[in-house]
Amino acid sequence: MSKLFLIPLVLFAVLIVFLAIGLGHDPHKLPSALIGKPAPQFALTELREPGKIISPDQMRGKVWLLNVWASWCVACREEHPFLMEIAKSRAVPIYGLTWKDQREDSLAVLSELGDPYVLNMADFDGRVAIDYGITGAPETYLIDKNGIIRYKEPGQLTPEIMEKTILPMVRELNR
Amino acid sequence: MKRLILLLLIVASLPGFGMAKEAQPASDDPVLEERVMNLSRELRCLVCQNETLADSRADLAEDLRNQIREQMKAGKSDKEIVAYLTQRYGKFILYNPPVDPTTYLLWFGPFVLLLAGLFLLFRFVKQRRELITDQPLSMDERQRAENLLKTDQGKTA
Repeated sequence: MSKLFLIPLVLFAVLIVFLAIGLGHDPHKLPSALIGKPAPQFALTELREPGKIISPDQMRGKVWLLNVWASWCVACREEHPFLMEIAKSRAVPIYGLTWKDQREDSLAVLSELGDPYVLNMADFDGRVAIDYGITGAPETYLIDKNGIIRYKEPGQLTPEIMEKTILPMVRELNR
Repeated sequence: MKRLILLLLIVASLPGFGMAKEAQPASDDPVLEERVMNLSRELRCLVCQNETLADSRADLAEDLRNQIREQMKAGKSDKEIVAYLTQRYGKFILYNPPVDPTTYLLWFGPFVLLLAGLFLLFRFVKQRRELITDQPLSMDERQRAENLLKTDQGKTA
């Protein structure tokens, strides 16, 4: 007896596997095209001190996180307490990029929830965000001492991502 | 009341009413806008991923269109702008997937399936053909068949 009747069954099983993989896959989490490339240059004003201009060159020699956030971003609010924890642990400095926001609104969030950022760059028109290939907030980049982007988390930072991926890289890069 | 309903229906059926429009142009140079829109149709909105940049009203799409417009004003070619965007957002931003190793399965998968289907069909048909090859009757069988046919003729006659 031919086993041809198994073919639809096998095809169905393959389909199920594909669908199952698809279920666990968030299409909004795109891999960054900038990994291993220099962090794009910018000159942005500081959120608290609008007279001060910040560029990534000032972070040379440090391993740092660039966290993209905004007051209108709900997921950023969810992520915020964890950022506070990271800041407290002093494991790695976090620099904020306030994306398409209003100065007062960003400042209001920081005074309400606390400020985990060493500095905040104000990208109110979203130009720098495009240079960084940002598709949504929050997003976090890990940038090394030479200003090279090493990792991007396209979504909220979680303790798991931090422990398993980012912190080991930070240790390695700080060596 | 009927009149009101009728009026509402007429209003609702007017062209453009309640229809999703493409984003409004932001400058008054129609040639430039045409170029921006044409290029935007080939690019993906990264927020609502099954829409082109031209169709999307997401904030980011608007920013990207502005970026494209500015770069066009600065004299950059479409190719240069696409290169600029793929450097930052990856090839995913191209609405028409390019043919490269990551998309081979997408481009050639259907043909592979077609070939596999043809192969299976061919094998199936061949097997069937072997099953129905002529098997001549033995003397015994021929005798029985003849007998049966004779009796049958007798009955119908």
